Amino acid sequence: MPRRLVVVVPAALALSLFFLGCSPTDRPAPSGASPDAATPSDPAPAPIRDISGTWEPANRPGDGTQAGGVHNMPNDGAPEHALPYTEYGLATYKSHKALEGVDRVPSAEGNDPRNLCEPLGFPRATHYNFRKTQVLQNEHKVVVLYQFAQTWRLIWIDGRENPKEIPERRWYGYSAGKWVDDYTLVVETVGLMPEDRVWLDATGRPISDQLRVEERFHRVNRDRLELTVTIDDPKMYTRPWLSMDKFPMALRDPRTDIQEMYCSPVELAKYNELYGEAVSDSDNTDSK
Amino acid sequence: MSKTRMAAAAMAIGLSIVSAPLVAHHGGAALDSKDITLKGTVIEWFWSNPHCLLQFEVKDAKGQAVRWVGETTNPIELTRSGWTRGSFKPGEQVSVTLRPAKNGRPVGSIRSVLHANGTVFKRDSGEYPGGPAQ
Repeated sequence: MPRRLVVVVPAALALSLFFLGCSPTDRPAPSGASPDAATPSDPAPAPIRDISGTWEPANRPGDGTQAGGVHNMPNDGAPEHALPYTEYGLATYKSHKALEGVDRVPSAEGNDPRNLCEPLGFPRATHYNFRKTQVLQNEHKVVVLYQFAQTWRLIWIDGRENPKEIPERRWYGYSAGKWVDDYTLVVETVGLMPEDRVWLDATGRPISDQLRVEERFHRVNRDRLELTVTIDDPKMYTRPWLSMDKFPMALRDPRTDIQEMYCSPVELAKYNELYGEAVSDSDNTDSK
Repeated sequence: MSKTRMAAAAMAIGLSIVSAPLVAHHGGAALDSKDITLKGTVIEWFWSNPHCLLQFEVKDAKGQAVRWVGETTNPIELTRSGWTRGSFKPGEQVSVTLRPAKNGRPVGSIRSVLHANGTVFKRDSGEYPGGPAQ
């Protein structure tokens, strides 16, 4: 085979797979199985330095919904789930009127930016309706495609560092990742939006533009990815803490359909008119 | 429609969206503790986010028509349980089991719907059929 062809053919194949979202390591569908079916046991070893695939919460479909707060620290009033707020962080939390969590308010009093269909931003994209998630990867970058709001973000894995001076604040920030071993990618994200634009989770926990997020993607085997997220925001919290701890994701068939899930202001307005406002009257009688 | 009218209409729609109360989907604190079952006629099946809504008309004890609104969950979870955008059409007969609002308004959270053709639509169990993935 001519040398040029030897180079071009594999490159074209790799590129095609990337843009089709069909990594060579995606698990093929078992014969006769629904693409949505949970994968059976007997996993193959993890591929080296590869987290690509179509992933979904392993324990149950809604395990990443996190309506009651981040997975590892739900906002349920339990002492072990109390966050290490700074004075400013606590004041900011109290200014957030969430419809979920132990301090939830009646529906009409809420001020969650989600309810205006504002971008969730990062890391809330991982903390809210974290469902089927496609991860595409090449030598330069990892692309994460979130199901909710059809949102994506880039993680550079080409050795670059995040910018020291942030050119512009972004909803999904600036992300740079490094392999700490053949199966673990550690990603740092900075340059995120300030506290008047974004929340950490559905219960109104705050984050600021000083936030630094560490994600640790650990591929346990071919079919299992664990995600650990560390929140480090000195403006809001006195110390770093884990919002997700080895959150398990299961590999799905690469042909799995990804249904749309979005925030539509028109649909939300109709929902409120037909249902939300009517049921909201009840809220005032028993919500805190 | 003139450009001015179109602009005014667009502004009105915009204002109605912006000024909509900040109400959104949330837990079951506003609901009663017991389910009821209502027989009625479908008015509209609204397949949408954040949650899909079934509007249906029920005759009360005095024969008066009452419009009920049943909330379900999002299209992703409903699809998993076999519901579709075309599950219900206006005029079809349904028997709806729901948990009504505490305040007595004709709204509630749907648990299941029995269609006149015999199909039963149940709310998503929230689990994978075979349990957690290994």
